[in-house]
Amino acid sequence: MSDTTPEYRGAGHHGGTMDTVRKGLAKRKRKQMILQGFGIAAIGFALTVLFILLASLFSTGYQAFTQTHVELDVFVDPQEIPEENLPRGGFRDVLSDSLGQYFPESDMTDRAEARVLSSILSNGAQFTLRDMIVEDPSLIGQTISLKVATSDPYDQLNKGLIDRDTPEDFRRLKDEEIQNFDTLSELGLISKPLNTGLLTNADSRFPELAGLKGALVGSFWVLLTCFVISFPLGIGAAIYLEEFAPKNKVSDFIEVNINNLAAVPSVVFGLLALAVFIGWFGMPRSAPFVGGLTLALMTMPTIIIATRASLKAVPPSIREAALGVGASKHQVVFQHVLPLAMPGILTGTIIGLAQALGETAPLLLIGMNAFITSAASSPFDSATALPTQIFIWADSPERGFVSRTSAAILVLLGFLITMNAIAIFLRQRFQRKW
Amino acid sequence: MYDAPNPATNVDQQDIKITAKGVQVYYGETHAIKDVDVNIVDRAVTSFIGPSGCGKSTFLRCLNRMNDTIDICRVEGDIRIDGDDIYDKRVDPVQLRAKVGMVFQKPNPFPKSIYDNVAYGPRIHGLAKNKADLDVIVERALRRGAIWDEVKDRLDAPGTGLSGGQQQRLCIARAVATEPEVLLMDEPCSALDPIATAQVEELIDELRRDYTVVIVTHSMQQAARVSQKTAFFHLGDLVEYGETDQIFTNPKDERTERYVTGRIG
Repeated sequence: MSDTTPEYRGAGHHGGTMDTVRKGLAKRKRKQMILQGFGIAAIGFALTVLFILLASLFSTGYQAFTQTHVELDVFVDPQEIPEENLPRGGFRDVLSDSLGQYFPESDMTDRAEARVLSSILSNGAQFTLRDMIVEDPSLIGQTISLKVATSDPYDQLNKGLIDRDTPEDFRRLKDEEIQNFDTLSELGLISKPLNTGLLTNADSRFPELAGLKGALVGSFWVLLTCFVISFPLGIGAAIYLEEFAPKNKVSDFIEVNINNLAAVPSVVFGLLALAVFIGWFGMPRSAPFVGGLTLALMTMPTIIIATRASLKAVPPSIREAALGVGASKHQVVFQHVLPLAMPGILTGTIIGLAQALGETAPLLLIGMNAFITSAASSPFDSATALPTQIFIWADSPERGFVSRTSAAILVLLGFLITMNAIAIFLRQRFQRKW
Repeated sequence: MYDAPNPATNVDQQDIKITAKGVQVYYGETHAIKDVDVNIVDRAVTSFIGPSGCGKSTFLRCLNRMNDTIDICRVEGDIRIDGDDIYDKRVDPVQLRAKVGMVFQKPNPFPKSIYDNVAYGPRIHGLAKNKADLDVIVERALRRGAIWDEVKDRLDAPGTGLSGGQQQRLCIARAVATEPEVLLMDEPCSALDPIATAQVEELIDELRRDYTVVIVTHSMQQAARVSQKTAFFHLGDLVEYGETDQIFTNPKDERTERYVTGRIG
């Protein structure tokens, strides 16, 4: 330090000490800066990665939230539909004939030409028409306005995912097919409404019809089973371990193993479920009940750990107060400690269930990646769950499933964010100050 | 406001409420209370004083078996209330604690309404036959806790919303709601400001008419102000026990003298 330093440098023999402190101070400040820098860098990295993930999901997924539809005037030809057996009617021909009216120059009696034309319509269109007619047979002989999904390639074309400049040989749709579509488009029959089918349809081989209903219902049953089993068991185990169990080697051993259980890879639980629940007990394959049971095994350690932490966090003064007026041990626990610990327990449970919602591997092993085209009506029916549905779609070759996979991931993320938000809300709302 | 201990009261002729003989307390390997003999008189305030870690709180907690809740704690010896051995196997600590109420260092009302705080003890012990009964019990307890006038209009308000001194008086009301005979107080004023302390001390002096009060305190002035008898603990030994007056003015033991004159502690 130069003599011109205006700072206080201490008097007499204290001067040396102050200099030492001052030198050390700079070093300490530098260390603190470095530490802060690392922290900010880490957070920045995490946010960047998260942003990239969400951006890529949205950029591919948003296409799946709309679906190209075509609106046709359909003459329900009585000749095609036998009145004694309505579902057996030639609905495909009815549709292609109706389509033919918009293309006067084409010859609908030529089967090849008719097939090319009707490829614009989704394969599910005839079933939509069939269901309408079966429900209301009086429509036969009338002309009705029908709005049906286009098949996937035309949907891609309409969304600009098929490049018209690509040479014909490398294109999904030939020039003729594109022309057909453009004809309908010029007539104003093509629209691109919100794809409600994404949430209200079950799975399908045809991307334009595939929806998440089956997966949502399956995930609901899985989570319900998981909650009903893991919540009481987890809380019971935690209360016993925390409040009643003697502190000895046995309880230490149990504690260590519960923590180990929380760290066991999920695929191991899946194998266990496959061998024990399905193999030994003969439970049904692909059933949400078995999935929920398996995930309950995984969620329970999370709930136990969260519950024990919340029970521990209840101040001892409350226990003493209750004991002091003569409450018995179980009254202390159930009338005072547990209610106070509840927000923490619920937070832990919701976070555990959110984990379970996103868990894929165990569900794959018990067969919840089956192709199922209707929603499960009970936890014992075959079903898929959200993460396994994503897995199935990601594996499908049709172009339309690419955006649907991203959309399904966004739906799953939406559920996870909602659950975590509820957990945070509960924690804030019921947090107590002592 | 503070009655000086009345020297005319001859404590020896008063009824003995609690007798302790040869009490030893161990925390694991630590010998926390060494062979303590003491007779605590009925309807008087007895204070336990001594430096930190001398065992006064530990001994207090033997009197309602609160030490039972600590796994490593072991109590030996003979403690009797009204001649009954409280460590007898047939005695249920839950029942004992209804008879021996306790007030803690930090005011610890339940995070419930003021009413429910006081009503909790009577409820779990089944002291009230109906709601009207319970209302009477709660009001009486709150009056004894000298807090009725302050809270009678807001019995549904949370007990944790009161000031520190009010919380402590609520805790005293809660303790007396089960009609105990003995009231143990573990440094009841250490978390309170001087004004709240004065109110609680005044209350303690009133409680002496109905209860045997045992109070642990770090403040020698407080012991001198509120108690008739004083026991001085040091390193787990009961060094000296006698009239509060005598302990502070004419201690027999050298350690007591050094403590009350501020040279150890």
